[in-house]
Amino acid sequence: MTRFAGVTLALAALVAVFALVSLGIGPVRLSPMSVIEALAGSGNDIQQIIVREIRLPRTILASAIGAILGLSGAALQGLLRNPLASPSLFGAPQSAAFGAVLMISLGWADVRSYMLPVAGIVMAFASVFALLVIAGRNAGLVLLILAGLAISSLAGAGTALVMNLSANPFMALEIAFWLLGSLEDRSFHHVALALPFIAVGAVILISQRASFRALSLGEETAQSLGVDVGRLRLLVISGVALGVGGAVAVSGTIGFIGLVAPHLMRPLIGHDPARLLIPSALTGSALLLVADIAVRIIPSTSDIKVGVLTSIIGVPFFLYLIMRERRSLGGGVA
Amino acid sequence: MNEAFLTADRVSVTLSSRAVLRDVSFYLPRRHLVALVGPNGAGKTTLLRAIAGLVPSQGTVTAGDATVFGLSLKQRALRFGYLPQGHVVHWPLPVHDVVALGRYPHGATDPARLAPADKTAVARAMEATDIKAFADRPVTELSGGERGRVALARVLALQAPVMLADEPTASLDPRYQIEVMQRLRAAAHAGMLVIVVTHDLGLAARFADSVLVLAEGKLVASGPPHHALSERIVGDVFRVSAYRAEHQREAVIVPWTGL
Repeated sequence: MTRFAGVTLALAALVAVFALVSLGIGPVRLSPMSVIEALAGSGNDIQQIIVREIRLPRTILASAIGAILGLSGAALQGLLRNPLASPSLFGAPQSAAFGAVLMISLGWADVRSYMLPVAGIVMAFASVFALLVIAGRNAGLVLLILAGLAISSLAGAGTALVMNLSANPFMALEIAFWLLGSLEDRSFHHVALALPFIAVGAVILISQRASFRALSLGEETAQSLGVDVGRLRLLVISGVALGVGGAVAVSGTIGFIGLVAPHLMRPLIGHDPARLLIPSALTGSALLLVADIAVRIIPSTSDIKVGVLTSIIGVPFFLYLIMRERRSLGGGVA
Repeated sequence: MNEAFLTADRVSVTLSSRAVLRDVSFYLPRRHLVALVGPNGAGKTTLLRAIAGLVPSQGTVTAGDATVFGLSLKQRALRFGYLPQGHVVHWPLPVHDVVALGRYPHGATDPARLAPADKTAVARAMEATDIKAFADRPVTELSGGERGRVALARVLALQAPVMLADEPTASLDPRYQIEVMQRLRAAAHAGMLVIVVTHDLGLAARFADSVLVLAEGKLVASGPPHHALSERIVGDVFRVSAYRAEHQREAVIVPWTGL
């Protein structure tokens, strides 16, 4: 068995274990055995309802959203040949959130409508597209980060304006909490809302894996090897937008999974951007499942939102990456 | 001269409303090492990119029996091995995987799973460039000269009829400059058409079978080195006079003073 296959299998097993734990955690703690029983349709009725109707949607969403975030991060890093690329640094989730919030406040959609993911996807697409246009074709890291900062600030300002203008304070409060990012109380309706978009996004990104490998040699060489780089760029933006837009529409903004997941995988399976995609997706799944388990275990006066937790952990990790890459970064800033 | 393989007919390129190439026409046979020379900004890199179909251009380029502009990206990739300046690799990939990317146009997109024909091509290219010893090392840890050989191996592994190399000797020490030119000449004489952009008139005069001289986007001379790099042309185009001699029955040109 190759190292790649070994790592991938181990990660898949890890995701399965975390999913079982996630199904067992809550006001009523269940052992992994009773979770499996309830999933299989045996055991008592209350346990079945708890596991299959209350916790299963949340667990499915955590693993799917974690996976698409990890995959999007790895794909963006491959497209831009840059280890600091990620959807949240480029303002994609923030823009998707703005789109969704706008829909809600204009009264065009409630939180259970398909308009929400569609608006999220459109805005996420627009934000990544704008980023690549503003920063230019062969943009260095500094340009990308600055443009990403500007775009996410703009999306944040737009969201703030919507809350500012909202007619009643309860709606503003609801939007604010939703923005923090959470998987609480999600039903199969939410799964149906997000999963199709996430799945299509994932298929698009994974189908382009070989092109990321050719792109390691730069855009021009990749083109000379037969890769249509312009088309690839559009496909990746679409895949990321579909995945992130769909995810944000049901969970709010959950950041930094996309940045962290590929980094955890590189020491294990190397830097090949094609081979990183699926392990990064599995790592993203595992990370979000753990974070979502943690917010249910950590004792606190009110619920900690999972999006808050991933940022609290993700931002120091980002700072650590900046420190590690300081030498190569310093050259560009001068 | 044997039969023309690559022909350009009035190729022009305009980039951001500036004419970079104007009506460049030539025909080149296989088994030739062609040096493409000219002052900075003459359009040498642009000409390579136009031949490979990487920039939009007017005019026609034909390779063998096919018009290049009518080909899909993939068909084009099988005909032209393109070696850009700088030999950039963005990730610390192992040397073997970088060379294996040369087989990408043949459908070998995963270096871990190569078909026998691809494996043979990669092994032969690595042998020809003498890089087998560091096949597993990350390419980013190699010296400039070693990285240049890896890049060359990638293009050789493609086994395309035409190689387009943009300053493959830049930033190499003298020994590797000579070595790279010898390898390119060997590849040419084994059946390829190799076009090399270079600023080194000495290397061009010594190794090339023919020379194309570009100035301000126009082809001003072409032919065997003694003709295309004559005293008059070198003086007119490069504004230098050159020391000329013969050493071990090969031509020596050393640019000497500015005119």
